[in-house]
Amino acid sequence: MIEPLYELFFARYNYWMAIILMLIGLYALIAKQNLVKKLIGLNIFQTAIFLFYISLGEVRGGTAPIYLPEGVDALYVNPLPHVLILTAIVVGVSVTAVGLSLIVRIHEEYGVIDEADLVQELRRR
Amino acid sequence: MTLIEHLPVLVITIPILASLLILVAGWWDRRFCYPISLVTILSQFGAAVIILAQVMREGPIRYHLGGWAPPLGIELAIDSFNGFVLVTILLLAAATAVYARRSVEHEIGPEKTVSFYVLFQLLVTGLVGMTITGDIFNLYVFLEISSIAAYTLIASARKPRSYLASFNYLILGSIAGGFILIGTGNLYAATGALNMLDMARLLPASFELATVHAGFLFLVIGYSIKAAFFPLHIWLPDAYAESPSAVTILISTVMSKVSVYALLRIIFTIFTTAYIIDVFPVTGFILFIATVAMIAGAVLAIAQSDLKRMLAYSSVSQIGYIMFALGVANQVALEGGILHILGHAVMKGCLFMVAGLIIYRVGTSRLSDLEGIAKVMPISCAAFALAGASMIGIPPTIGFMSKYYLVLGALEAGHWAYAAILLLGSLLAVGYIWRFIEIAYFRGNRDGGHRARTLEAPASMLAPMVVLALLCLFLGIFVEGLMEIVGPAAALLLGGA
Repeated sequence: MIEPLYELFFARYNYWMAIILMLIGLYALIAKQNLVKKLIGLNIFQTAIFLFYISLGEVRGGTAPIYLPEGVDALYVNPLPHVLILTAIVVGVSVTAVGLSLIVRIHEEYGVIDEADLVQELRRR
Repeated sequence: MTLIEHLPVLVITIPILASLLILVAGWWDRRFCYPISLVTILSQFGAAVIILAQVMREGPIRYHLGGWAPPLGIELAIDSFNGFVLVTILLLAAATAVYARRSVEHEIGPEKTVSFYVLFQLLVTGLVGMTITGDIFNLYVFLEISSIAAYTLIASARKPRSYLASFNYLILGSIAGGFILIGTGNLYAATGALNMLDMARLLPASFELATVHAGFLFLVIGYSIKAAFFPLHIWLPDAYAESPSAVTILISTVMSKVSVYALLRIIFTIFTTAYIIDVFPVTGFILFIATVAMIAGAVLAIAQSDLKRMLAYSSVSQIGYIMFALGVANQVALEGGILHILGHAVMKGCLFMVAGLIIYRVGTSRLSDLEGIAKVMPISCAAFALAGASMIGIPPTIGFMSKYYLVLGALEAGHWAYAAILLLGSLLAVGYIWRFIEIAYFRGNRDGGHRARTLEAPASMLAPMVVLALLCLFLGIFVEGLMEIVGPAAALLLGGA
């Protein structure tokens, strides 16, 4: 009884954490009215994916993938997902920057950053 | 190594360098931006044609970046399918670049022209990169390059609403990007490869894994959001309607097409037909949604009161036609679908150019303000009629040819009902195209007295529009030449040749 449950939840807890974080982020993206909070949700969502990738490359007992001198025996973690996610982090930062600057423009234009207020504002014009 | 061998990578690197050059030159004098941009895009177009000719002559090109062979290195892989898409997007980019000059002066303002051309180049870079890369993670990176450039370009319209449209697109686009990233990660976890061809070779061994199914769904949903496949299209109408005309032309014709290309590439090259028909049968479902998209998009288009918004919903409908080919998944239907990638790009580009010209001349695109516009702008309205006829599918236009192949493919696969709905969708297209024609030609009596003396719009805006309108006609008439490229491309997707 315990064994399959353990197998499902605890042996792969890293993936569950990534999924939980991802859902929190998606919830904020969809349900939050404030545009800045939406963007924070987006960041949580992206971070969950980063963690998913990073834990993907982990090898139990592995060491950093740095070339060791001849004769030293070592188990390396897979560096490729880590390198990939560096790129994705850069993408995430740029998207956040563009998003925030858009929010600044929206605030300058309408004076509000709340979706419900924005709808009202748009209707008024 | 000769220059020709390096063309695949030059197509990507030249526009990146050009975007930097434009930035520096624009600092000096803004007038340098346009010529540099135009020369770059035209030379890219030339290079794309040479590459396609070479692919058709000698078979697929596999270019290893930096000399590192896959699986270690990243490769650019060009075959008849993406060579065709590459030429299509650069043709439209070239037409847009010619058109952009006066349109940008008018809608974006002189102080922003430098950044417009820089972003324009980056957008083209991202799209070209997505098209020719042979590496699935590289595809994601280029997708994000093009997306970030697109968010910014949409917001450049200096209209308050365009900021909102851009922000909404950014949110949905980033969700899509996240899904694509997870899907890529799942496939990497299952196969340990990132190169598309390696992945295709290794994937059948783990077809039954839940990881692969999840990866497939994440990738398909992610790219469907990017391609604005109904019902994931909510970002599209605002983004198309609120952005500056030149930007609308480029993103409406090219951007969603490249996402559709990526979807076809992932489904047919990486997962292969064996997966989507036997292991994880989704074709029936995609076919169903595609027909819903065709009808719903057309009905929503008819309900619009703004020309640009109407054309935007029409795009939702037309993406349905391309996805229809994916759902039928046989040789003839895929030929129709690939042909429609080019056909829709050409005709929608022409229609949005007309909308842009009308905004340039009249200052509005509300349909009710455009009564009798044909007397003032005869050339534009004629172009609209021609491209509109292609949109409806009147022979011998390109729109007719692609729909003909789609219907033929559907009948061959035994989908009688779906073929009938496709024809119904074409009838609905008559609804929205005719609405503009009627308003422009048969209503109101605008005074067109002084039109003989001046041209209705700058020649640099009229010329690309007329060229695209004529292409709608001539590509349809000379479709045999195109089929020599499209036929092998469809066969390639299905795993033959």
